[in-house]
Amino acid sequence: MKIVVLVKQVFDKDSNINVSGDGVLTNREDLTLSTNESDAYALEEALQIKEKNGGEVIVVSVGNDSVLTVIKDGLAKGADRGLHVKIDNEESLDALDLAKLIHASIKDENIDMVLSGLQSDDKGNGQTGILLAELMNLSHASLVMGTEIQDDNSIRVKRELEGGWFQWTDLSLPTSLTIQSGINKPRYSSLRGIMMMKKKPIDVKSAEDLGFTALQKSKVMKMYIPEKTKETVYIEGSVNEIVDQLMDKFANEIKIF
Amino acid sequence: MSILVFIQQENGKINRLSLEAITGAQQLGAKLNQPVTACVFDENSANELKSYKLDKIVCINDSQLVEYNPITFANVMEQIISNENSTLIIAGHTYEARDWIPRLSARLDLPFVSDCTGFKTDPNFVVIRSIYQGKISSDVSIENNNGFISFQSGSFRADEIQVGSCEVIQVSVDLSQSTDLVRPGEKFQEATGAVDLSRAKIIVSVGRGIGKEENLPIAEELAKSLNAEIGASRPVVDYGWLPHERQVGSSGQTVIPKMYLALGISGAVQHQVGMKGSDCIVAINKDPNAPIFEIADYGIVEDLFEIVPKLTEKLNAR
Ligand SMILES: Cc1cc2nc3c(=O)[nH]c(=O)nc-3n(C[C@H](O)[C@H](O)[C@H](O)COP(=O)(O)OP(=O)(O)OC[C@H]3O[C@@H](n4cnc5c(N)ncnc54)[C@H](O)[C@@H]3O)c2cc1C
Ligand SMILES: Nc1ncnc2c1ncn2[C@@H]1O[C@H](COP(=O)(O)O)[C@@H](O)[C@H]1O
Repeated sequence: MKIVVLVKQVFDKDSNINVSGDGVLTNREDLTLSTNESDAYALEEALQIKEKNGGEVIVVSVGNDSVLTVIKDGLAKGADRGLHVKIDNEESLDALDLAKLIHASIKDENIDMVLSGLQSDDKGNGQTGILLAELMNLSHASLVMGTEIQDDNSIRVKRELEGGWFQWTDLSLPTSLTIQSGINKPRYSSLRGIMMMKKKPIDVKSAEDLGFTALQKSKVMKMYIPEKTKETVYIEGSVNEIVDQLMDKFANEIKIF
Repeated sequence: MSILVFIQQENGKINRLSLEAITGAQQLGAKLNQPVTACVFDENSANELKSYKLDKIVCINDSQLVEYNPITFANVMEQIISNENSTLIIAGHTYEARDWIPRLSARLDLPFVSDCTGFKTDPNFVVIRSIYQGKISSDVSIENNNGFISFQSGSFRADEIQVGSCEVIQVSVDLSQSTDLVRPGEKFQEATGAVDLSRAKIIVSVGRGIGKEENLPIAEELAKSLNAEIGASRPVVDYGWLPHERQVGSSGQTVIPKMYLALGISGAVQHQVGMKGSDCIVAINKDPNAPIFEIADYGIVEDLFEIVPKLTEKLNAR
């Protein structure tokens, strides 16, 4: 199995993201970066499929040089090689642009499977893997919570539906799966893995080399802090004061005693 | 030019998000001065739509459309969009919609702006969507107002649908091109544990802010002193710190306690849909911009490790 895993670098979840009046992120430099949550599960699933069935895992990330960190992390965990699709303004790409760019970068590989996260923690489009399936004429399944290779031509996946329901689905290979968090237990990279990583190849393809132009058919015009709809009562003060006030609310307003 | 609203149904019952999407489509149609067509794959549902203010109802009755299949749905919708000359296609952001719309988006080379919460038309038409895990809102424009939009649960109210009367037009489509690339099988539920959070009076719910499994007792002690059940956000369950039966949210349980105490939970929409019906929501989170504060009745912007042990102590001394 030749498996491409799409891994995105995002701002850490605990980041305090600020925007200015005209809607640009203002504190970019203060924010820490990490691997998109569901992508870590997608990578682990790819590694497990490879370990069971043999093959190759290629980690692909689109962005500026900083995304090399997530590629190297994937290599240290056991992926075989990396592909850095280089573009400076990844943020301004809409889902369709991004999928086309990824398509251009991997179309010459003879891929059996594309694994991606079901949703990015920043843009949250929830589309990239499925758009890619259509562009590459692959089958697809979204919200995947389990995989079982059947034979050279098919795979069975467990899909998550709403409200605690699941569904088995058989797919023809090649396929594109968007992976839901919790499907497996992502591994940590070992010291040995980190040493091996240094010898693994990372290809670089720039958006220009790939002849890519963003069409931006959908475009973010403005960003802002959401308006609050509910009047939240904030309880403030020293820790003791807060706890006393809370006890009072419990007793007299929420009436749980 | 027309607006097409896709109606999802199961066994003849229209999905609530589709009803909300009709309200959205009607409001948008009025603003943009465009007719609104509804499209549905079931006769009973089509008849139910007759009493709404719509310009057209297109019904496709075909045994191949009874069970959801992304490839078939995309193939059918491709034909309907072309027949109806639809420029904006609207749907509720359901698990099905988020699965088939991207295929068609890529095929027709039209953008899909997913999981929106509303729109503005002044001065230009933009849709509103949350980014960065709900911390930031964005206004998004769509080239030539031509593309797909899905609306998040609760973006519009189903009880604000405008009534009217409209005829159903039966349409047949060509499904001979459909492949069997995707073969959906049986739907099932996993054996559930003994915990029924939906009846809990008080829930102390733990999010990723708890940091590590070893810190869980801090929350459990508080739950004990409040006689509360423990709940959790998805990551806490994904990490294996608490069993799935404790998960609150769209892929977990829906709860309506008298008090929901959220500890270190950011309040992502998938979590909110499972708990926003609580009588009272108290949130402790050190990030003042965490979206949980948009729905909390009481907010405490502090480190939970400072507050929770003290609170347990006071409760136990009572
Ligand atoms: C299809 C789909 C289905 C999903 N289903 C569900 C679901 O059913 N249930 C669910 O919960 N999620 C679900 N999710 C995931 C959801 O989008 C969020 O990722 C998740 O709810 C985040 O959990 P969290 O708030 O615990 O973590 P985070 O978003 O990481 O938030 C942690 C919070 O803790 C705060 N914090 C950190 N340290 C402290 C401290 N010491 N004191 C106080 N506060 C602190 C931080 O400020 C932050 O706000 C689903 C997602 C998708 C795409
Ligand atoms: N810049 C990127 N580089 C690599 N993979 C990406 C990138 N953006 C999105 N993806 C992949 O596509 C998935 C879904 O992203 P999105 O469609 O933005 O929600 C992510 O979880 C990643 O696996």
